[in-house]
Amino acid sequence: MNTTLSTSTSQTSVKNNSKSIQFIQEVQALTRRLFIQLLRRPSTLVAGILQPLIWLVLFGALFQNAPVDFLPGEMEYGEFLGSGIIVFTAFSGALNAGLPLMFDREFGFLNRLLVAPLHSRSSIVVSSVIYIASISILQSFAIMGVSSLLGYGWPSLLGTLLVTLTLILLVFGVTALSLGLAFVLPGHIELLALIFVANLPLLFASTALVPISFMPTWLGWLAAINPLTFAIEPIRAAYSGSLDLGTVLVHAPYGEITGHGCLLLLSILTIGLFLTIRPLLNRKLL
Amino acid sequence: MLLVELRELNKSYGPVKALSNLTLEIPKGSLFGLLGPNGSGKSTTLRILCTLLAPDSGEVIFAGQNALKNSREVRSKLGYVAQEVAIDKILTGRELLQFHGDLYHLRREYRDDRIKKLIECLGMSKWIDRRSGSYSGGMRRRLDLATGLLHEPQLLVLDEPTVGLDIESRSIIWSLLKELRSQGTTILLSSHYLEEIDELSDQMAIVDVGKVIAKGTPEQLKNKLGNIRVTLKVQEFSNLGEGERVRQLINHVDGVNDVVINNFQGFSLNFFLDDPAVIRLVRDKLESEGFEIFTLSESRPSLDDVYLQATGKTIMDAELEVVSTRDLKKEAKQSMR
Repeated sequence: MNTTLSTSTSQTSVKNNSKSIQFIQEVQALTRRLFIQLLRRPSTLVAGILQPLIWLVLFGALFQNAPVDFLPGEMEYGEFLGSGIIVFTAFSGALNAGLPLMFDREFGFLNRLLVAPLHSRSSIVVSSVIYIASISILQSFAIMGVSSLLGYGWPSLLGTLLVTLTLILLVFGVTALSLGLAFVLPGHIELLALIFVANLPLLFASTALVPISFMPTWLGWLAAINPLTFAIEPIRAAYSGSLDLGTVLVHAPYGEITGHGCLLLLSILTIGLFLTIRPLLNRKLL
Repeated sequence: MLLVELRELNKSYGPVKALSNLTLEIPKGSLFGLLGPNGSGKSTTLRILCTLLAPDSGEVIFAGQNALKNSREVRSKLGYVAQEVAIDKILTGRELLQFHGDLYHLRREYRDDRIKKLIECLGMSKWIDRRSGSYSGGMRRRLDLATGLLHEPQLLVLDEPTVGLDIESRSIIWSLLKELRSQGTTILLSSHYLEEIDELSDQMAIVDVGKVIAKGTPEQLKNKLGNIRVTLKVQEFSNLGEGERVRQLINHVDGVNDVVINNFQGFSLNFFLDDPAVIRLVRDKLESEGFEIFTLSESRPSLDDVYLQATGKTIMDAELEVVSTRDLKKEAKQSMR
């Protein structure tokens, strides 16, 4: 050792004191860590892009010869399916967002985060949302690109913005939920079990694969209260060309929901989930 | 002047009581050693102090502030190096230090300057830009220590920092701790290594089953026992009854202090003398009662003797005893946040 560690600098000159700058610094650091992990382990990204494309091709082929009046309007099944796969992919990614946090808990790394004087522990949620939303948007563009190559079209610029907004709303809410679960559940086995149980049933009980009109009544009810449906239908509308969010998009057994209604319900869900998990972030913390 | 006061801390994990009215005072600028076997409550104490865990009852005062109420401010003033090395294996050591610097809101120039100094001080320059997943245990521990020191904490809390380390890493960490103390940083070091606490600490406390059973400087605690420590056996394999009879005999010899039967070491007897001539009196007394001495050894009192006198067992024996009853999986879950 030939260097002294002492410095005479005062704490005020070594630290950023603005609260908003502190929060941004935390979010930047946490997000950067997630992206470094992704770049150095790209297999998860590659698999995450390939898997929905396989879904698109396989399910598209599976229902290719379905009855003509099966879908609303003149829509082809691949076109119908694309928005369902986009939303399901984003949903799955967000539902898995708690896993890295759970591993940080299990390996003691989370303790090092929590012993730091974070301005707000919401920075952990926000950084995960930025990360998952970025991946989801990348995946969605890959799906949209392949859909376009298959002749199912591409949404307009406004439609693309609507797709992005809808995905961010969904990802924010589900990521918050997953992070909350990662704080509450005892370990990653339990979290994985919950993800497995929730994932596919929520897909099948939504309008991702078939419209509500095609479902038995009881399943139609489930699909009409499923948040995935409220994300799928605006994206489907973005594909259809007309961007009038006042149009009825969901013909639910309990009433009709417009595009605005879908986005409003998604927003309420997202805010509700975020507010619900905030106390969980502080669970057992001082 | 005190930097930390822990007042009557209680903490239970279900039916297991980890801390029982634990009270501790840590002077500013000291290197305070917390000695005790595994499972004695050291880590729980440190986690409460670092605001990672709330006590069931009791108070934590840090630099005059209630740490339980002003946790964020207290966190900014302490550095915590946990028992389990906590690093992200995908990041390089430098990236990890930058990451932690940002979580402590350090300005970039200061952060990078600090990282440079720590790399040099802890001998990390050759490997700091490699992914930390490839580091040895000693390298990881040094990196972990660097993250705890990055923001120049007023109090550095180290939980068993040298467990399982190679000699080079241990020596570097010891030197750094001595240097930090000389510069005025208060250090709280928990360990079950006697020589570590003896060598480094200027104040210490011994913890057993969640309570402080002795405190002072290492020299004070050892000197209280006497000048000479004697370990005596009347047979290679004795029993409790025989040990008790011998204890009563020796207890009546003038100049013999604190006779303890060590159940874990073949019911040997440990006691302390100030005058070496008293050994002759002990021998005479035992021979007059028909006991032969199988072994008798003399040494300077150690911190293990302090523990032995207080609990009737050595730290190693206490650990062996605990190993059979500890549920490490359950404890790992409890330490998870």
